[in-house]
Amino acid sequence: MQNDIVLSMRKICKAFPGVRALQNVDFTLRNGEIHALMGENGAGKSTLIKVLTGVFPKDSGQIHIAGINREITVKSPQEAQNLGISTVYQEITLCPNLTVAENIFIGRGNYRFVNWRSMEKRTTEILAKLNIPARASQQLATCSLAVQQMVAIARAVDMDCKVLILDEPTSSLDEHEVAKLFSLMRELKSRGVGIIFITHFLEQVYEVCDRITVLRNGEFVGEYEIKDLPRVQLISKMLGKELDDISALQNRKASQAGSDATPVYEAFGLSSAEGTKAFDFKIYKGEVNGFTGLLGSGRSESVRTIFGADKVTGGRVRVSGKNVKIRKPKDAMKHGIGYLPEDRKQDGIIEDLSVRENIILALQVMKGFFRPFSRTEAEAFADKYIKLLGIKTASSDTPVRQLSGGNQQKAILARWLLTNPKYLILDEPTRGIDVGTKVEIQKLVLKLAEDGVSVTFISSEIEEMLRTCSRLIVMRDRNIVGELRDEDMTQAKIMHTIAGEAAQNG
Amino acid sequence: MTNNKGLFAGIPEKKGREPISNTSLLLRITICTFFGMYILAMLVWGRGFLNPQQFLDLFNNNAFLIVIACGLVAVMIAGGIDISGGGITALVTMTCVVYLDDRGGSVIGSLAIALGIGLAFGLIQGILIAYLDIQPFIVTLAGMFFAKGMVTIVSAVPRTAAQEAFVALKQFRLAIPGIGFYGKTGNFIPAKIEVGVIVAIVIVLAVAVILKWTRFGRNLYAVGGNTQSALMLGINVKRTKFYSYLLAGLLSGIAGYVYMLHTGAGDAANATAAEIQAIASAIIGGTLLTGGVGSVIGALFGVLSLKTITSIVVTSGLREPYWQSITTGLMLCFFILLQSVVLALREKGGFKLLLPEWMKLKRKKSGKDNTPGKDLT
Amino acid sequence: MAKGLNKFARSQLVVPLLALFLLIVYNLIRDIGFFSISIITNNDGDTVLSGNLISIINGASELAILAIGMTLVTASSRGQDISVGAAAAIAGSIFVNVLRGNQITITTILFAFLASCIVAILFGVFNGTLVAAFKIQPMIATLILFSAGRSIAYWINGGATPTVSSPLLEAIGGFIPGIPIPTPILIMILFGVLIWLVLKFTNLGLYTQAVGINEKSARLNGINAAWIKLLSFMILGVCVAIAGCVNVCRIGLINHESLLIDIEMDAILAVAIGGNSLGGGKFSLAGSVIGAFIIQALTITLYAMKVPSTAVKAYKAIVIIAIVVISSPIVKEYALKLRDKLFKKPAKITENSPESFSDGV
Repeated sequence: MQNDIVLSMRKICKAFPGVRALQNVDFTLRNGEIHALMGENGAGKSTLIKVLTGVFPKDSGQIHIAGINREITVKSPQEAQNLGISTVYQEITLCPNLTVAENIFIGRGNYRFVNWRSMEKRTTEILAKLNIPARASQQLATCSLAVQQMVAIARAVDMDCKVLILDEPTSSLDEHEVAKLFSLMRELKSRGVGIIFITHFLEQVYEVCDRITVLRNGEFVGEYEIKDLPRVQLISKMLGKELDDISALQNRKASQAGSDATPVYEAFGLSSAEGTKAFDFKIYKGEVNGFTGLLGSGRSESVRTIFGADKVTGGRVRVSGKNVKIRKPKDAMKHGIGYLPEDRKQDGIIEDLSVRENIILALQVMKGFFRPFSRTEAEAFADKYIKLLGIKTASSDTPVRQLSGGNQQKAILARWLLTNPKYLILDEPTRGIDVGTKVEIQKLVLKLAEDGVSVTFISSEIEEMLRTCSRLIVMRDRNIVGELRDEDMTQAKIMHTIAGEAAQNG
Repeated sequence: MTNNKGLFAGIPEKKGREPISNTSLLLRITICTFFGMYILAMLVWGRGFLNPQQFLDLFNNNAFLIVIACGLVAVMIAGGIDISGGGITALVTMTCVVYLDDRGGSVIGSLAIALGIGLAFGLIQGILIAYLDIQPFIVTLAGMFFAKGMVTIVSAVPRTAAQEAFVALKQFRLAIPGIGFYGKTGNFIPAKIEVGVIVAIVIVLAVAVILKWTRFGRNLYAVGGNTQSALMLGINVKRTKFYSYLLAGLLSGIAGYVYMLHTGAGDAANATAAEIQAIASAIIGGTLLTGGVGSVIGALFGVLSLKTITSIVVTSGLREPYWQSITTGLMLCFFILLQSVVLALREKGGFKLLLPEWMKLKRKKSGKDNTPGKDLT
Repeated sequence: MAKGLNKFARSQLVVPLLALFLLIVYNLIRDIGFFSISIITNNDGDTVLSGNLISIINGASELAILAIGMTLVTASSRGQDISVGAAAAIAGSIFVNVLRGNQITITTILFAFLASCIVAILFGVFNGTLVAAFKIQPMIATLILFSAGRSIAYWINGGATPTVSSPLLEAIGGFIPGIPIPTPILIMILFGVLIWLVLKFTNLGLYTQAVGINEKSARLNGINAAWIKLLSFMILGVCVAIAGCVNVCRIGLINHESLLIDIEMDAILAVAIGGNSLGGGKFSLAGSVIGAFIIQALTITLYAMKVPSTAVKAYKAIVIIAIVVISSPIVKEYALKLRDKLFKKPAKITENSPESFSDGV
């Protein structure tokens, strides 16, 4: 009966300094199944995957893989590949300076010399088979991120893997691309490949997976058939508590748009060098609004333009009724605008600096180059916000890189809250962080609005937007195509607006 | 479907020719510049530049530099740097001369010493950099210091090799049939190259083949392109880096022997600043210090361009020695800026370099799509 | 107390301080009187301090000043300026040529120094612009000035090696009458204090580190990253001018070829020996200054051991490698493991990031 098991991990333990990352975790993967690995951030999903792929050595426990009659120890990613374990990571782990064909074949098998012709021929076949719109001899850097992700999957698929690990592969894909990825996954499943799928998107789990393993705090919670575990229960398993919190969150339908109050921020015909088309926008005091649309629709670019993060090429801006110029982030900061960027690692944290320095940075810059905070002042600020937001850190001296994703995000939030902004832009503040922190952040947004701060909130999860925002701006192809408020704000209506003309064009 | 746009965004409309890669674009620029410069020199100053021997002397005088540059390019492609080349060259010349003359050594023996010294440096530097993860600049700087210090320990005074077999080899010249010039008396003097040039050319071709057609060569590009990805793709990053330094060390050893075949002398002042000239050549030849981009053919033309500009400066009457290094600096400045501008424009949107800003099509670039890797900058 | 000690044990200054300590102990074993400082009367009749310790600190003055500037450039631009020697030759040439055209008084010296400072800062701006605006790697951008700089100095000097002499200049390069400490040491201390004050009363340190660690993020927090990089190159320009002028005063002439030759390599070494990452980001100026002293102490020790000056480099290389190998995280980790094995302590997890386990260590 156990013949269909392709991979089993038993009692895996792994510790890092001061942290028990994994404690007696079991994981079983069968032939031809898509198995979701779920848990909050810091639950140990990534560590488990990295133990399996040989990035970290395990402290104890056994790994068995079908076809090999003994216990195995994976020492390097290369060895994992040879054992038939292929991985596609969230960040694209391919080399942008090589061609698509090379990226599919490099580091595999035993060869001394490269036969470009046969390699490119094989690649063309693979690309055609998987319906990936790229050419074998194309440089990877010239492909879109989505295509790059597909190439990574093509590579994994072509290695005749028994186990395919997809670690948050969908976070850079839009809906259409996700659908494509899913059909690819289903095809592989039908060929008997066992797939481990990690994602933060619950809908995706229920759309494509057969089974779920839940981890919490480095411990194994349980393995469930998908049909036995409704969504609410899954969340409560991940959190270890019932979800009154989330249902308690109510959006405030107190839209002020249209009232004759002066908007806190107003833009006319704003456009940027990064390709946003001229748009008008305004936000009132204490309002929470959202930009929504598919990835690449221009929602992030629009808010970057508001903050002056990209080169502004045109338009007028009024803050509290006064004409101002916002050309660079510092201008925006001076006018009380804060911006939490979409990409926490690349644009947000300054990883080697301490939590304290990360928190005070924006306020310090506003105060000026020649007026540094004293150590005591800085510590007071940092300690206050560490306590206020419940940032889990050993001390305010700890480098921020040592914090978990959710806590890093809180540190950046603290940075902007410290500047006491009139208008706060939060671009995907809940991306890639655990459910508990997500709820905390949503609550915080509502609290801020109550206190009179205007907030622009962007999230890939429409439910989150519906819960927090009182007005939604819908974007498509870099244009604002609609504005929804009050009773119009339903999932169906949003989808319809996003799809809008797409149906006509198609 | 509109959504398809996202997926197809990165694909050029034309199904015909591939847009050329950064490596080959920079290479083409260098080759064109070199020939352009040389032809211009022939037209303007004629005489010397029209003499094929002068052209071949570019190779004769700089064969060792070409060899050093080949090793350096391999290291730079993998994202490293090796500045020990000049030092190793000097050490090899001195050791071999002392061995040949004082110890009655043979040519084969001296060659073995040259290779041995090069490999030893490559081995130690490679281990320190690849396996102990020490900054390559510091390790190879120490390597340079050590080599230069050792030269004076081997012999405090400059020496010239007098061993017969070696002198015969040194004086051997290969005449290129059909190419030559007429001397003052009207007799035809064929143009000649030295043994070292043959070695250098063989090495350029060999390294070019390694870089293009071997697993090791492609791994170098992968490691330089994105080390973390290369690791995840199953490449043994440390071993790849180690071999790149081993190769560079070996080639520096060979370069030392080539240098000796040219001058026949051992001197602590040999190959002074060769490492910097090699780096300059590699850069002019389109190799980026950031890694992942570069070619040895480019480095070869880099050396030739660098030396041609020097002789143009001398020929044009600016004989004070400082003009040479000032023009070298200017040339470097030109190439560095050119590359920076070309790459920045390419990154921004396709290959529309020659169009002024207002003529460019409004580019359609979404924030997520189409973002080239940061290592291309 | 124990916690403080533990913190110190992990600080980047441990290995460099240890290395300096070992050098001192080695010299004391070799010659117990090696560091004795004597009071002598020099040729000018002044009472001055003399001894190896003084000559080490004195000789390291220019290097320490340059190492400070180099540290800032390294931190902000994630690369090194290899043109400092060449730029110092230019700065020195300007200094000498201004002085030769005028009568040498304190005013003209100040004026000449100012002129050379401006020129050095302009070259710093040139390098900095290439790095900050054109996004060229610092080592490559500065390669231009590195190859042309000394020739520019030669050109300024009209192909000669002009000399300048004046008691005032000797006071700067040697001793101020009545003060027994060599003036270059005083200048170094003065400059060190100045930089310390700048770091204390401005956000230079925070901004520089932020830019060096994550430029994009720094920009989104309102920091003008390009300006910070440019600023670090300009500060290095000031360091270059000071080092060049002090060195000219010391030897009384300007030789474009030998003035502060190879100092760029030593300055970068000082930064690295001081435990700073050459990849930018967090930095410690104290580390770099200690690094400069180590290099100079090593040189003086080797001279004292009668090693010929040309061969000094070889020994220097060995010591440098030893220091960087010991401070390498991988070696530290291995040493800790070995210690645990030898003393049979329960398996302790090292401080290192898990990444170092990867790829078959």
